[in-house]
Amino acid sequence: MNFKHKYVFLFPGLFVLIGILIFPIVFTVRLSLSGWNSYNPELNFIGLDNYVRLFTEDPRFWEAFFRLTFLSVTTVILQYIIGFALALMVWRDIKFKRFFRVMFLIPMMTTPVIMTVIWRTFFHESLGPVNDLLSVFGVAPKWLTDPALAKITVIIVEVWQWTPFMFLLLLAGLLSLPKEPFLAAAIDGAGPIRKFVYVTFPLMAPISIGAIIIRLIEASKIMDTVFVLTSGGPGTSTETSTFYIFIRGLREFQMGYAATLSFTYLIIMIISLTIIAKVLTKLMIKD
Amino acid sequence: MKTIKTYVTALISALLIFSPVAYADKWSDQFPHIKATGDIPGECSYESISKKNYKGKTLKINTHAVPVMGEPTALHAEQFAKLTGATVDVTHTPAGDLYSKAMVPFQAGQAPYDIVFGFSNFINDWKRYLAPVPKKYTEMRQMKDVTKSHIGVASWDGVMYQFPVDGDRHYLKYRKDVIDNPKYQAKYKADTGKTLRVPKTWKEYGEIAAYFNGWDWDGDGELEYGAAEVMKKDDLMFAAFFSRSVAYSKNPRTPGGFFFDLETMKPLINNPGFVEALGDWVEATKYVPPGGMNFGLGDEINSFGGGQTLFSFSWDDALIAAMQDDSPIKNKVAAAPLPGADRVWNRVTGKWENQYNQAPYIVWGWAVGVAKQSKVQEMAFDYLCFFANDANHQADLAIGRFGVNPFKKSDFDPNIYIDTMGWDPEIARSYTETLLGMEEKSTNRVFPLRVPGVFEFTGAVAVGTSKALAGQLSPQEALDEVAKEWEAILDRVGKDNVRDAYAVGVKMEDNKL
Repeated sequence: MNFKHKYVFLFPGLFVLIGILIFPIVFTVRLSLSGWNSYNPELNFIGLDNYVRLFTEDPRFWEAFFRLTFLSVTTVILQYIIGFALALMVWRDIKFKRFFRVMFLIPMMTTPVIMTVIWRTFFHESLGPVNDLLSVFGVAPKWLTDPALAKITVIIVEVWQWTPFMFLLLLAGLLSLPKEPFLAAAIDGAGPIRKFVYVTFPLMAPISIGAIIIRLIEASKIMDTVFVLTSGGPGTSTETSTFYIFIRGLREFQMGYAATLSFTYLIIMIISLTIIAKVLTKLMIKD
Repeated sequence: MKTIKTYVTALISALLIFSPVAYADKWSDQFPHIKATGDIPGECSYESISKKNYKGKTLKINTHAVPVMGEPTALHAEQFAKLTGATVDVTHTPAGDLYSKAMVPFQAGQAPYDIVFGFSNFINDWKRYLAPVPKKYTEMRQMKDVTKSHIGVASWDGVMYQFPVDGDRHYLKYRKDVIDNPKYQAKYKADTGKTLRVPKTWKEYGEIAAYFNGWDWDGDGELEYGAAEVMKKDDLMFAAFFSRSVAYSKNPRTPGGFFFDLETMKPLINNPGFVEALGDWVEATKYVPPGGMNFGLGDEINSFGGGQTLFSFSWDDALIAAMQDDSPIKNKVAAAPLPGADRVWNRVTGKWENQYNQAPYIVWGWAVGVAKQSKVQEMAFDYLCFFANDANHQADLAIGRFGVNPFKKSDFDPNIYIDTMGWDPEIARSYTETLLGMEEKSTNRVFPLRVPGVFEFTGAVAVGTSKALAGQLSPQEALDEVAKEWEAILDRVGKDNVRDAYAVGVKMEDNKL
């Protein structure tokens, strides 16, 4: 029998794949080799000029990249620790378990831009409630105008918004764990800490790696929080790669150069996340 | 017979005398927005536009989000549709996306919108995609009423591409109840040995702002501060910086460029005049409210308009907010020209000139044009003409959130603000005289930069000045970095391309256009 016609059934999926994945990437690469901007609205060919500019004349992109690395790694570590703790808490048989599970998910269900506006109001240094409360103790931190504190403020908002996502993945992982290893540990007389270190954590390692990688991918795209809270300021102290690419592309309309930045950023992310996943696997999974 | 004739004559006279009132009532009954004035006769009045028939035609408009400019666009679209039978689709877009939302289809040869709203400094990039305003409109009475500054802002080398619907400039706003208060004048004199008055220079502005910073000078139980300024990076802060720079760097004796030397195209952004202005601005971080370094335009409006600060300078909105009926400081504020400086940089001699200098900054503002590819251009221009007709314009001016500000000579009649908005006569006069002085009388004005790649230039200024405000770099280092970036942009865009465009703005600044 001739089954060649079976390939016809692949076409719908293939078209979708080409349309939503392959074409945008190919077009971005082509765009990155052009000088398309507001005064030169053409998809002309300028070779690697944009890449040369990026690697020789644009320290701001690299500064933004290292800042992003710091912000995303810090937020994801905090999200993992807090998310794991919360998941462990509602994994046990506690009162109002269902209520807490829903409560912990609420931040993730809110609209990031709206919530960041609310956070910005909270942290407003002269009108916000946070400094109003702290003034009782005689302190008034410059949440959004001190370069170091502004980074911490961004981290606080990101952790608040996205810890529930980590919580959700880790709770799902905990609920799917087999009961036998825990019974065996209990028979061997292991206490809660030993149980966690020798049973729960190793069993959760594959899920943890997946959750961390997913969150790292998302955290590295941080944009709305920075845009609303600080616009990348004060100075450039909270400017991240994605925000910088947005400025070059959609504020300054340097479409060709923004495509170069995007493609380079994509390559860097693919390489670094692959390395991180390998390292985490090596560290967290014994066999 | 004679009695009948007398009655008829009296009736006709009465009809003639009261006809404008009857005429106004007819339209203001249907359109309460213009109830204060009724329809005002003109080329695009309610009466004139009602005679057009655009039934079956659709007008597509891309405008700003509600309320600023978005709300009047939608309101006048609804009125226009009612009067002409047209269908008007209004799309609201955030300010940051107005440029790209029009530019992407423009560059792709499409015209999804017949009318596009944006800012006046888009003109150089947009003009090739916009239809010039037809002679019929440029020569009408309504247009003759527009100030020469705003005719210049809406035009490119004598050709009008943007239909004037709004006027913008930066000027100083201050708390009149403090500056004119004899008690505070005496206290200030005793404490500093200086006279408390509307500041004439930026140094004086800084001294007064610092003195009135951090204490409750209006007795409301809250702390007040020296000034509210737009300092948030990328949130129009570059315009605030230019407002502070004009006094030190716009020398009327050295024509030929404020941002660049037109002959050599050398950036002037790091000359001692600009550096002095940035130094002042860094000092200003000490007398803005806590968090003031992160104030965008909205924060500045709310801060000054809410009575938190003594000074503010930017567009009209903060003053209009302060003068609205629900404001706690209504009739306690006033307007004045931007402060000047005791010395001005002469880029030709490379020396400071120790004489007083002041320069108005006709900063960019809202602008709107009709797409060249639009198939309903006549209807589109009629809509814009209707938007800015005298009745709509006067009603729009009274609503602070609309963001429509004076740009017609007739707007500078203080009685408009006294009679229709309840302003104190002295404040109304300070407002209209300040604006009129900038618009029509000054010969040392600075216009917005309108060159190819303008956003790259202003973006570099925002980054550099923001670094200085945050203490990451000194003013000189920050502006040297900006100048270096400007050189790189010039290389990319092409010096001659930028020069050709910049020359048009310089002609206006040098009063040659």
